[in-house]
Amino acid sequence: MTNRDMDPKRLQITLGALLRAGVILAACTVLTGAAIYLWRHGAEKPQFGTFRSESPGLRSVSGIVGGALAGRGRAIIQLGLLILIATPVARVAFSAYAFAREGDRKYVVITLIVLSLLCFSVFAG
Amino acid sequence: MNNLELTSALAAIAAAAGFLGSLTGLGGGVVIVPVLTLLFHVDIRYAIGASLVSVIATSSGAAAAYVREGFTNIRLGMFLEIATSLGALAGAWLASVLPAAAIGSVFGAMLLYSAWESMRAHEPEVALSGSCDPLASWLALEATYPGPNGPVRYQVCNVLLGFGLMGVAGILSGLLGIGSGAVKVVAMDRAMRLPFKVSTTTSNFMIGVTAAASAGVYLSRGYIDPGLSMPVMLGVLAGSFAGARVLSGAKPRTLRMLFAVVIAALAMEMIYNSATGKL
Repeated sequence: MTNRDMDPKRLQITLGALLRAGVILAACTVLTGAAIYLWRHGAEKPQFGTFRSESPGLRSVSGIVGGALAGRGRAIIQLGLLILIATPVARVAFSAYAFAREGDRKYVVITLIVLSLLCFSVFAG
Repeated sequence: MNNLELTSALAAIAAAAGFLGSLTGLGGGVVIVPVLTLLFHVDIRYAIGASLVSVIATSSGAAAAYVREGFTNIRLGMFLEIATSLGALAGAWLASVLPAAAIGSVFGAMLLYSAWESMRAHEPEVALSGSCDPLASWLALEATYPGPNGPVRYQVCNVLLGFGLMGVAGILSGLLGIGSGAVKVVAMDRAMRLPFKVSTTTSNFMIGVTAAASAGVYLSRGYIDPGLSMPVMLGVLAGSFAGARVLSGAKPRTLRMLFAVVIAALAMEMIYNSATGKL
């Protein structure tokens, strides 16, 4: 096995750091949104007993980002959850890059298959 | 109960679930859906969405620590993620067409199985010599893990059977919003004959990707509610982090048994409520 640039130990450390950063960033974003949401809507009555589906603004990537930039609490929470969902996707993307640097074509293909399944879910699901 | 009170109650229960889940190694996600539907009368689709999000948070958090220890087989994880992501997409699709009562029954059955699985003793590991599956060599899946006296080499068996079982684990994960660790253990421990520490860390490594594959579908279908997912995700994350700090490595047997009994009771109630149309 040839490990020209990326030895396994370094790959493990980078993947670990990437996952930790994603989770911390997501948790902080969710906390920020939670503060705004509870400040404004904390005293209202919740309605989760019947399924109504979320409003379009909380269901698409563009809608969530737009709502978060407008300072809406629920949209900021949703942005945090989106960052959380994106964390494993980023991990797969980074693995593809690492396998490519190792010259491991077989695993570049395997990783890209997984990546395309994930992108299909987020953007076309 | 207003939003603030509901958020606090959910966060407290989610933290307890995450704490117990991490102490016992059963994962907190498995009790979130029954607790939300049975205690808080939340619609099962919202409950599954919230649980899925908390599963991504805990598995990514734990994987960050595990992957540095060198037990995780990254190649094997990547290869099996094809099966789990495909399964997760199928499971998320199934969740949108099946009635709530059907999902509830499958969930109950899965909980019973997890409870039973967690009470079984692990079979002693048998060291394998020689290659046991040519496909494993072609995919370069054989690896080493850090042992007390330096790296220990291990083989990977029954790759295709493991791949198929992982597809099933993915379907259950996408349908029920759980990590489906119990099915992954069967696939990796028994079919692929991996060393225990390798199978648990690699399975955890894959959970984030599996859950992300169905979470994308859940999000665009509107099953992920920010007000509900927020306390669940933060609670489970804080709880499992605290659990991992209290105890790393050994899983206390009595606590495990107790948690398994709780899970079995929740399973019965879920099946009963599904059958009587109360879910």
